[in-house]
Amino acid sequence: MEQKEALFNYLLRLGDNAAILGHKLSEWCGHGPELEEDIAVINTALDLLGHARSLYMYAGEVEGKGRTEDDLAFLRIEREYRNALICELPNGHYGDTIARQFLFDQFNYLLFSELVNSKDETVAAIAAKAIKEIRYHLRRSMEWTLRLGDGTEESHKKIQESFNDLWSYTGDLFVEDESDAVIVAAGIGPDLNTILPIWRENVKAVLAEATLEMPEDGWMHSGSKSGRHTEHMGHILSELQYMQRAYPGCEW
Amino acid sequence: MNEEELWNLLDEVMDPEIPVLSLVDLGVIREAKFVNGNPQITITPTYSGCPAMKIMEEDIEAVLQGSGFDEYEVKTVLSPAWTTDWITEKGRKALHDYGIAPPEQTTSDKNALLGHPKEVTCPHCRSRQTKMLSQFGSTPCKALYQCNDCKEPFDYFKCI
Repeated sequence: MEQKEALFNYLLRLGDNAAILGHKLSEWCGHGPELEEDIAVINTALDLLGHARSLYMYAGEVEGKGRTEDDLAFLRIEREYRNALICELPNGHYGDTIARQFLFDQFNYLLFSELVNSKDETVAAIAAKAIKEIRYHLRRSMEWTLRLGDGTEESHKKIQESFNDLWSYTGDLFVEDESDAVIVAAGIGPDLNTILPIWRENVKAVLAEATLEMPEDGWMHSGSKSGRHTEHMGHILSELQYMQRAYPGCEW
Repeated sequence: MNEEELWNLLDEVMDPEIPVLSLVDLGVIREAKFVNGNPQITITPTYSGCPAMKIMEEDIEAVLQGSGFDEYEVKTVLSPAWTTDWITEKGRKALHDYGIAPPEQTTSDKNALLGHPKEVTCPHCRSRQTKMLSQFGSTPCKALYQCNDCKEPFDYFKCI
């Protein structure tokens, strides 16, 4: 595989993670459990959409077919999206959203900490900008994990169930394929296998402090890197893409 | 017009969300120069998803047009990433007078070293007895604090 193709795939994955999770978080707008939290979750969504924009813009440039950030965000079919499965899972109750966010933030934080040193200058510049924001995201989802885990009997029970339910989607974050191999060899991105043990250790430490059990490893979902999604993805796209499908090329 | 006058002109462009702070004082304008006689302005976003970027760009274009420039370029760069250290002394004062606590420069306070929220001075009564209510405030660049003494909530321009 050529480096150009691998880089395009790689940028799409990073961009799709940010766009789809950002979209899911934006659904909380006006529905947050309290005003401060409503604002916080939407700020996080906004940061993620900002990351998605930068990554899509660069992906379009790398691909060289004249596709814009909007083309990439709105005009692909389900199978062409490469976001990790955990990003597309339903918001559920607030504990579900926090657990999903904490598991993803921890991954994203470790990944972007490495991308800051990417040999690709644009990737490094996007990462240097994004990491400052991801640090805030992680701090927030970590604090909420502690608060809910070590909170009331009910909050503890609920967020433990959230982590148990989400666990089988975490393996998908670390699956590597041919594009990753090219990216790692070119020094553009890190080997995900080097991130996995640190991710596990950090997640375990926070869960322990939150008096929660680390879920048991079992069968793991996978498939996002080849575009195989959960049943939720189609529903997300039907809403996300509605305007561009109904009014092709519309701008405002 | 020379470069110094160009900078002075840009100092008239205010942040759309914080209308007392100029884009120059915010540190968003990284470069202002003339290329073949036409202004070339380089800006950098405070936050990746900052929705004000487009408006800032248009506001800059408006003052350039107002000064009779027909041809100009406003370009965006991501690197080096914006930091609150780029807010000028004048900008910090403007924030404070507006009721927004400017970013705390020192990281020597014990709280920050232990990973806790920083000690922030209340912009209303100058008390150091304040607490963080939320990491995220009314815009991505601010956190929400409250003063334990005068009880007023206030925005804190967070350090990045």
